[in-house]
Amino acid sequence: MLHYIGRRILQLIPVLLGMTFVVFMIIRAIPGDPAQVILGQQATAEAIEALRAKLGLDNPWYVQYFDYLGGLLQGNLGESLRTTTPVTEEIWPYLAATFELSMFAILIAVIVGVNAGIISAWFQNSWFDYTAMILALVGVSMPIFWLGLMLQYIFGIELGILPTTGREEVRNPVESMTNLYVFDTLMQGRFDQLSTVLKHLVLPGLALATIPMAIIARMTRSSMLEVMRSDYVRTARAKGQKMFWVVYKHALKNAIIPVLTIIGLQMGLLLGGAILTETIFGWPGVGRYIYEAISFRDYPVIQSGILIVAFIFVMINLVIDVLYSLIDPRIKYD
Amino acid sequence: MSELAPKTPQIAPQADKVAGPWQEAWRSFKKSKVAVVGAGIVLFFIIVALIGPWIAPQGINEQLLANRLQKPSGAHWLGTDDFGRDILSRIIHGARISLWVGFFSVIGSVIVGSILGIVAGYYGKWVDTIISRFFDIMLAFPSILLAIAVVSVLGPSLQNALIAIAIINVPNFGRLIRSKVLSIKEEEYITSAKAIGMQDIRILFSHILPNSMAPVIVQGTLAIATAIIEAAALGFLGLGAQAPTPEWGKMLADARVNFINAPWTMIFPGVAIMLTVLGFNLMGDGMRDALDPRMKN
Repeated sequence: MLHYIGRRILQLIPVLLGMTFVVFMIIRAIPGDPAQVILGQQATAEAIEALRAKLGLDNPWYVQYFDYLGGLLQGNLGESLRTTTPVTEEIWPYLAATFELSMFAILIAVIVGVNAGIISAWFQNSWFDYTAMILALVGVSMPIFWLGLMLQYIFGIELGILPTTGREEVRNPVESMTNLYVFDTLMQGRFDQLSTVLKHLVLPGLALATIPMAIIARMTRSSMLEVMRSDYVRTARAKGQKMFWVVYKHALKNAIIPVLTIIGLQMGLLLGGAILTETIFGWPGVGRYIYEAISFRDYPVIQSGILIVAFIFVMINLVIDVLYSLIDPRIKYD
Repeated sequence: MSELAPKTPQIAPQADKVAGPWQEAWRSFKKSKVAVVGAGIVLFFIIVALIGPWIAPQGINEQLLANRLQKPSGAHWLGTDDFGRDILSRIIHGARISLWVGFFSVIGSVIVGSILGIVAGYYGKWVDTIISRFFDIMLAFPSILLAIAVVSVLGPSLQNALIAIAIINVPNFGRLIRSKVLSIKEEEYITSAKAIGMQDIRILFSHILPNSMAPVIVQGTLAIATAIIEAAALGFLGLGAQAPTPEWGKMLADARVNFINAPWTMIFPGVAIMLTVLGFNLMGDGMRDALDPRMKN
């Protein structure tokens, strides 16, 4: 097992290096003089020269790349051109906000998706099955940004029951230690704030959860249908065990493995979807951080933001692969 | 000989019954109601895109400020936007843009992905290692993020959005073709083609490529759905189509300003995206079941 994890990490090294190279190329691939493009047409020659020096654009590209890589290894992700703060200092609150939103979304997606899939398989061809599967089909075809706008319109404006932007009430800000507001308010025992924080999570969380929820539901259903036909499930039923336990205890255990991979993949997609969701709901997460950097041509932030998100994505996939082997002992890694 | 002649017509009808793999697939596709509904939706949008300029009630950028933000009515079936432009006309024209981006970005990814996949799968060794690692690296980025990175380099425009979407889908097709090639190249007919001295390039293009097309067509149909959403997402973020192009995602972005007073400006472009994507998804699912039952979940 440890051997397998070690080998997987070693295999990651070329991928990680490749990622840094792709990200490194973002500035270098800008047509024309990147410094000129970043600063705009009105920039003075001195300003352009200063930025070129700052970004190290005067050196040959391989020197630039190794400098960049050296910097990365020392934890230097560059400095925002807009705020002149190092990205490593700036990005934490944004990452935490995205983490909180994504966890909330994946929680909704897994709870609703897995259960909808199970019930659909249990009562195959019932009205529940049909409704759930049609909803799932519509769910995967829905543009997440449109869904976000619709949720804002229905729940925020027409019904007026949920907040449509931000993470907290501006007049009653959370005193944050970890930037994970649910955790912070719980620790401080501020249940009034906890409820507003949770309310703020609902709409962006739902928007972000919809596609993974639909995919998880479809996957669970087909995986469960396959398992439910197997002999051991029939045996369990023949023994007179209650259907609920047969489904949730015996069948689910084997059916959940392919679902887990899908959940892992969805976590990565969530990070991508977060950019759109965060833009719509004014959620101060890493997606919005990158999006704002694009409008200000703040390339160091764009680079590092993308690199960090991709790094997290790769790590999630690694963790899922390892979890796989813990859950399914039949999988061998040689 | 003359005795044998009358028998031929009796054999012919039987031979007709033996369907080729494509006919078989078509039959099985027709059986699936969901797939046919999907194909119907897709066909509808293709027709709308083709004859759009002739059926649109108004010009796409025809502004009548007196008609600003009008509710859906007999005169404007889907209402008007904040410039007094007819939303139905703009959505009809938007179908052209979305389908155009969907088709051509996927064609681009299929071509580049096929070439890379074939080369990697057929030649193996270090060529395969390099190309496969390249795919791994690209797949290590969440796709929309990679698209944003590409557009942030090339500059925001519809054409660059198309290029970005084509690029991010290359590894999906590349991997698919590579695995197909790996299994096909062990087949006996390839060995015999080699034995009679056929050149690699001819084997690749006349034997291996046609035989690996079925999963590519399925994947391609589903990829058009994703490409349409991605193009709309880039348009929505201001990184794709620019004003006044009636691209659906861009229309949604513009609708945000007024959606409290004029929700129809936001509802209909979204419905158009959803229906088109749903159509391609249903059709793709149906084709997968028809062409390659093993790919079923």
